[in-house]
Amino acid sequence: MKKISRRRFLITSALVGGGVLIGYSATRPSRHRLANTDLAQRGEHYVTSLLKIEADNTVTVYVPHSEMGQGVHTSLSMMAADELDADWELVKIEQAPAIDLFANGDIIKGFAREFGVPSFLEGLVSVSAIKVAELMNMQITGGSSSVRFTGEFGMRTAGAAARQMLIECAATRWGVTAEECTTQLSHVHHNASGRSLAYGELAADAALLEPPEDPVLKDPAQFTIMGKSISRVDIPAKVDGSANYGLDAKPAGMLYAAIRFAPVFGTKLVSVDAGDVLSRRGVKRIIELEDSVAVVADSYWRAREALKLLSSVFETSAKDTTSSADIYAGFERSLADENGSKVIEQGDTEAAMESAADVIEANYRVPYLAHAAMEPMNCTVHIHDDKVDVWTSTQDALGIKARVAKIAGVAEDDASFHHSYLGGGFGRRLPFNWNVIDHATLIAKEFEVPVKTVLSREDDMQQDYYRPAVASNFKAAFDGEGNVLAWHNRFTGPVQTPGASHIPYAIANQSIRVVDGDTHVPIAAWRSVDHSQQTFFTESFVDEIAHRAGKNPYQLRRELLQQHPRHRKVLEVAAEAAGYGQNLPEGHALGIAVQESFGSIVAEIAEVSIGSNNEPVVHKVTCAIDCGWAINPDTVEAQVESGIIFGLTAAMYGEITIENGRVAQNNFPDYEMVRMATSPEIDVHIVESGEALGGLGEPATPPIAAALTNAIYILTGQRVRELPIKNHDFSRINPIAQV
Amino acid sequence: MATFKVNGFEKNLDIEPDMPLLWALRDELGMTGTKFGCGIASCGACTVHVNGRAVRSCTTPVSAVEGQDITTIEGLAAMAAGTNASVPNLTAVQQAWIDHQVPQCGYCQSGMIMATSALLASNPNPTDAEIDSNITNICRCGSYPRVRRAIRSLANA
Ligand code: FES
Ligand code: FES
Repeated sequence: MKKISRRRFLITSALVGGGVLIGYSATRPSRHRLANTDLAQRGEHYVTSLLKIEADNTVTVYVPHSEMGQGVHTSLSMMAADELDADWELVKIEQAPAIDLFANGDIIKGFAREFGVPSFLEGLVSVSAIKVAELMNMQITGGSSSVRFTGEFGMRTAGAAARQMLIECAATRWGVTAEECTTQLSHVHHNASGRSLAYGELAADAALLEPPEDPVLKDPAQFTIMGKSISRVDIPAKVDGSANYGLDAKPAGMLYAAIRFAPVFGTKLVSVDAGDVLSRRGVKRIIELEDSVAVVADSYWRAREALKLLSSVFETSAKDTTSSADIYAGFERSLADENGSKVIEQGDTEAAMESAADVIEANYRVPYLAHAAMEPMNCTVHIHDDKVDVWTSTQDALGIKARVAKIAGVAEDDASFHHSYLGGGFGRRLPFNWNVIDHATLIAKEFEVPVKTVLSREDDMQQDYYRPAVASNFKAAFDGEGNVLAWHNRFTGPVQTPGASHIPYAIANQSIRVVDGDTHVPIAAWRSVDHSQQTFFTESFVDEIAHRAGKNPYQLRRELLQQHPRHRKVLEVAAEAAGYGQNLPEGHALGIAVQESFGSIVAEIAEVSIGSNNEPVVHKVTCAIDCGWAINPDTVEAQVESGIIFGLTAAMYGEITIENGRVAQNNFPDYEMVRMATSPEIDVHIVESGEALGGLGEPATPPIAAALTNAIYILTGQRVRELPIKNHDFSRINPIAQV
Repeated sequence: MATFKVNGFEKNLDIEPDMPLLWALRDELGMTGTKFGCGIASCGACTVHVNGRAVRSCTTPVSAVEGQDITTIEGLAAMAAGTNASVPNLTAVQQAWIDHQVPQCGYCQSGMIMATSALLASNPNPTDAEIDSNITNICRCGSYPRVRRAIRSLANA
C-alpha cells in the first residue's frame, strides 16, 4: 500500500484566558481557517478544533464521532493525548458539536485525494451517487473508520503538533534549543537545568505560533497511553441511568407521535377513519402524511393506544402478494439467465471446469435481516421562529442536521443538533436510512412545540432498511489429486462492499460475477455490510472443497494462504488457542472461518455440539484478530465479543421474511436474539502485526456463521447452506470422519 | 389517581390505571433511566424493582403497583444505602459493571443491572444455569460475557 503522507496543515487560534486550540485541515485553503476567521469575529469562546489546551493545564479533546458503545470517545482521545504527552488525568473529552468544522470531510478529502473514495464509505448504499462534495458535509461514524481515519490522520497529528509548539515556546522562554527539552505528563522539561513548565503556562504563547506542517509522530515504543487498556469514559453514566439517548430527550412542552407506516414498502396512504380517537385523553391531532398516519398526544403511550383504534387504508400495489419465496425465485431466475457483471475474472474458469476430474456445486442463500438496535428509532424536532432543534441518536449528526433543516424549510445555520449516546447503530443510524428523521420533521412542522416521534419495536422491525437477502451459487473444479483448479461464483447484488466476495485463497482460475438482486425491500449497510453474507458463503464453500478433496479444512486453508501471511498467522493463533487437532469433549467439533474486512483479519473457531433438543450449542468461540495494533486492547476485545454475538444471533435465528409484500416479523419473540443462556465463552487473541490500523466495530461479525456451520457439518453430516440455523432439523446425525 | 413510591418518594399521578409503569416513569415523571426496548416483556430493558423483585415495567399497569415501593436505576444506590450516608454512590453491582467494562451502547444496561441486583439479593451465589434462567434480558451489543464475569466476581466476593 502506498504510504500515506502525514503532512497536514494545522491551525491554531487563541482562546480567551490564554489557551490554545489546535486543529488540522488536510487541504488549503481550509474550512477551518475560513471558519476560524469568521467565528473569531463572532464569538470568543467558540471552540473550533480537535484539541484545546487551557491555562489551568486541562486538555479538552473534541471527538467528531458518535459514541455507540465502541469506545470511540476514549480511543480517539487516547491518540491525541499520547502524542501530546498529556497527563491522562487532565484530559477532558467532549463530543464535537455538529457544525461543519468537525465534519469528517476534511479527513475523507485528504484521504480521497490520494486514494479515491475510501472503501469504508463504499459500504453505504448509493455511495456511488454521492458526490465528493456531499461527503464533505457528513459526520459519519461507520465503516469501522473512526480510529483509522480521524484517529490516525486527525487526533495523532493534532497532538504531535501541539506538543512540538509547546516545546518551542518553552525553549524560547528558557533560551535553550528545542532538542534539549522533553515532555511528560503535560509538562515541558529542561533536564539540564531542572526547569519545567506546565502546558497551561505555555498555551497562550503557543497560540501565536504557526503549527508545524509535518509534525513527527511517535514510534510505538514511545507510547505511554496508546496500547494500554484504559477505562472507557462513557461507562460510568451507563450504570446509573444518567446516560442520555435520543429517546430520552425532554425539551419543555414536548408532545409525542406514534406513527403507522404503509405496511407494503413504497405504497401510499389513501384514507383515515379517526373514529373518536381525537376525543381520547391527551390526543392532540392526527397527522396524515404521504405514506403514513400519526397520532400526536401528550404522552407516547396515549398516542400509541389511540393509533391502535384508528383505521386507515393504504393503496394496493403489485407487491401486495410478494413473498420471500417469490423473491428467492426471482434470484434463481437472475442467476440462471443473467451473465451479470464482473467482480473477478482470472484465468480460464470454463476451460478448467471442462478438463476437471471432479466438479462440485453448491447453492447458498441468506434472508433479510433487521438491525434491531436496542434503542428503537426516534427523533425529536422543534421548529420555532425560523429555527429548528433536533434530538436524535445518529451515526451522522451533521448530515441529520442538514436533512432536518431542509425538510423544515430552515437555513442550515439555524438548525441545532443536540447530541446523545446511541442505543446501538449497526448501520441503521447511517445516512440514507432516514425514514424516522423525515417523518418526525414533517410531523413537527405541524406544531410549535417539540414533537418526539417514536417507532415502536414493531415499527422498527417492519420499517427498517435491511441487510439484503442474497443467493450465491458456487462451483469448484478439482484435478485428479484433489487440488482446486477453479472457483466459480454467481451471486445476487447489489454490491455494497466491493471486495467482500473475493477470496484470499490461491486458486488460479476464478470467475466471480454479480447478477441483479433488486427487490422492493429497502436495504442498507448492516454491521459488516456484504461481509456478513459473503463470508458465510465463501468460508462454507472452501470448507466443502476441503472435505471433498479429503483434506483437513484448517490445513487446506493454510496451504492456499501461502501469499497471505497475516491470514495464516491469525488462523494459526486461533487454532493453537482453541486446541485444534487435540482431543475435544465427546460430541464436540471445531469449525473454522477466516476473513479480512475493514482492514482487520479475523479467524474464528467455534466449538459446537448438538444439544439434547437437537439444536446446536456453541460452547466457545476462539478468535484471533490482526487489527494492525491496538489502541485500547480491552475495547478491541469488547468489540470482538460484540461482533461475534451479533453474527451468532444472525446465524442462529436472524430472519426477516416477506409475506404479502410486507415484513412478517414483529418483535423479539419472532426475531430472536442470543441471550445469556445461548451466549458462548469467547476467547480473544490480538495479533499485533504493526500494519496499518484496522477497523474493530465490524470485522468480528463475518466469520462466525461459517465457523458454526462448518462445525455442524462435522457433527451431523449436514451442510447448512441457508441461514438461519434454527430452520434446520438436526435430529438425524451422521457425523463426518475427521481428516 | 395512581399512587406509589419511586426510590422512596411518594408519587401521585392523575393517569389512567392501565398506563404501563414504564411510561408513567418516563413520560409522566421524566425518569428516563428506565428504557423502552420492546414493550412486550421480552427484552428486559425496562426492568425495575417492585418491592425488591425484578419486574418488566412495560407490561405492568400502574394499577398493579398501587401503594408499592418501586426502585429504578436512578435510585438503586440510594435505596441500597438507606440512611447510611457513608455508603458509596454506586452499588457493588454497578461498580462491578465499571470494573468489568460491561456496557457498550449501554441502552440495555439499566435493565441488566436491575435484573442482576434482584437476582443477587435473593441468591448471592448463583450457578451459571441460574444466571442463564434469571437474566434473560437482551443485549444487542452482546455484553453477555462481561455480564457473566461481573456477576461471577460479585458471587465470589
Ligand atoms: S421494554 Fe419491557 S421488556 Fe422490553
Ligand atoms: S450494551 Fe448495547 S444493548 Fe446492551
